[in-house]
Amino acid sequence: MDCIRLEYDVDGENFASAGNASESVKRTLKQLGIPPASVRRVAIAMYEGEINMVIHAHGGKAVAEIYPDRIDITLKDTGPGIADIGLAMKAGWSTASENIRSLGFGAGMGLPNMKKYSDEMDIDSVVGVGTTVFLRIRF
Amino acid sequence: MAVTLKTVVLDSEKCIGCITCMRRCPTEAIRIVNGKAKILYEKCINCGECVRSCKGGAKRPVYDSFDLVKSYPYKIALPSPSLFGQFNNLDDPNYVIEGLLALGFDDVFEVGLAAELVTDCTKKLMRKNTLERPVISSACPAIAELIFLRYHELKDHLLNLYAPAKIAAKLAKKQAIEQGVPADDIGIFFISPCPAKVYSLHREEVSNEKYISGVLSQSDVYFRLVEKMNKIKNPRKLLRCGYSGLGWGSSGGESNSLGLGNYIHCSGARNVQGILAEMSDGKLDGADFVELNMCPGGCVGGVLNVENPFIARNRMRQLAEKLKIPPATMEQFGLDESFFLWDKAPEPSTSFQLDTDRFAAMQKLMKVEEYLKKLPGIDCGACGAPTCRTHAEDVVKSGGVLDCVKLREVK
Ligand SMILES: Nc1ncnc2c1ncn2[C@@H]1O[C@H](COP(=O)(O)OP(=O)(O)OP(=O)(O)O)[C@@H](O)[C@H]1O
Ligand code: SF4
Ligand code: SF4
Ligand SMILES: [Mg+2]
Repeated sequence: MDCIRLEYDVDGENFASAGNASESVKRTLKQLGIPPASVRRVAIAMYEGEINMVIHAHGGKAVAEIYPDRIDITLKDTGPGIADIGLAMKAGWSTASENIRSLGFGAGMGLPNMKKYSDEMDIDSVVGVGTTVFLRIRF
Repeated sequence: MAVTLKTVVLDSEKCIGCITCMRRCPTEAIRIVNGKAKILYEKCINCGECVRSCKGGAKRPVYDSFDLVKSYPYKIALPSPSLFGQFNNLDDPNYVIEGLLALGFDDVFEVGLAAELVTDCTKKLMRKNTLERPVISSACPAIAELIFLRYHELKDHLLNLYAPAKIAAKLAKKQAIEQGVPADDIGIFFISPCPAKVYSLHREEVSNEKYISGVLSQSDVYFRLVEKMNKIKNPRKLLRCGYSGLGWGSSGGESNSLGLGNYIHCSGARNVQGILAEMSDGKLDGADFVELNMCPGGCVGGVLNVENPFIARNRMRQLAEKLKIPPATMEQFGLDESFFLWDKAPEPSTSFQLDTDRFAAMQKLMKVEEYLKKLPGIDCGACGAPTCRTHAEDVVKSGGVLDCVKLREVK
């Protein structure tokens, strides 16, 4: 069977719409009857990735590929890139500005949570070019 | 009630097929079929939003007839906190209790009193820390239905305690039997602010035993009650519930009475769905308690009320502030947790799924996505479905063909 491919433009200017892509994927997984615990892992991991694109990278593209046994999520942006991925992955490490923190983001927990809730995670980033985050979550 | 569990029905004569209710239904449970607004009951959570939004009164709530009360030798009324907010110039809630007795009830057991006991039990369970945080209140049955329909990932967060109306019924029955009333003579009637409670008390999804004989409508009882209340001069001090119990009638009352610091209360279909979505993304993980009410303002906003919810809320607050009665405790009533705990958890509904088989569901979803590319995406409602997506899903599920006015124009 082919996969179901869902594509989203993640708007980097609009905080209110941040989370729309993961919301839509969540709805889709529920319609497929994917177990609630898996839906929750996908929701949290994808939401964090989506929000990162909005706050750190002026938006980008999200692609979700749903297979019978798993979902592959690719989040691709053309933002500033991450200089030290190892450091970025550390719990509590964040470059978020005061403004962003006042919105409740910037605890430095997004990437660690994405790692925790996914089965596979891969970050490909070049400073000045952009970042691509790949997440795989098995149902 | 005549076994049917339809708590809202359509009066076809009055329905003009205007799509207002279809747009407002929070679970996309309404379709316009042959010009009439048909409810897909497997998706209906009995919230009453369609009753509220239909200007022509074509969506009718279903509840038990007041005549049913007469068929029991010993009648007990269970008034909900929101009932007390319905009366203009009421300065003493005891008028309501006296009025119910004058209406022919032999006893009155306030749901507000039972609510205080539920609060006490909730506090004990929260202290034990055995519940999945944030705990979601299960008092609004429409919320519980919504979670079992669309938010399965949150079902373990639902507080597994009976709602106050059920506790009131259990206690009222127990007391009557202790007083020597034969069990078969006892008729217990809940006076409901909403179709959701009509449904849940008849359906008894979380309990093995039924305690309610009938569920009456607050507006139906209201008019009979005012007539009696007007004749009462000096009501006795019969009221047993206090500030905390009456507070349950509006949004925030339940969580407020728990004395917690980190909680959220929110009401209205849209707001509630927003909070549920945030919860399932793990964004409210720090909160202890989440009180959600489907109706705007809480149960004072239920469609079986007569008064504007915000006016009723103001009145109830003023009434409640005067009450000096301390909240009831489980010890007072000699109860332990087992009296409150659900006998069983409801089965989640699969009606939101495209198919119960994952592969079949995936095939159907691909078809839906394919159709969506053809449809204009303007959600005009002319096809009889609330959105282009629901139309595509309906067509895929039924095996029919797309019926879109825009597509026809193109041809
Ligand atoms: N898509 C991205 N583009 C550029 N930098 C990123 C991107 N995603 C993450 N980062 C960098 O990695 C850091 C850590 O990310 P992480 O998501 O863990 O924390 P945060 O976003 O700062 O805070 P939180 O996710 O808790 O709100 C960020 O502060 C940012 O510097
Ligand atoms: S009662 Fe609520 S869920 Fe049921 S059809 Fe009406 S609006 Fe929809
Ligand atoms: S908020 Fe109260 S009145 Fe409204 S549906 Fe829920 S329980 Fe019924
Ligand atoms: Mg982040």
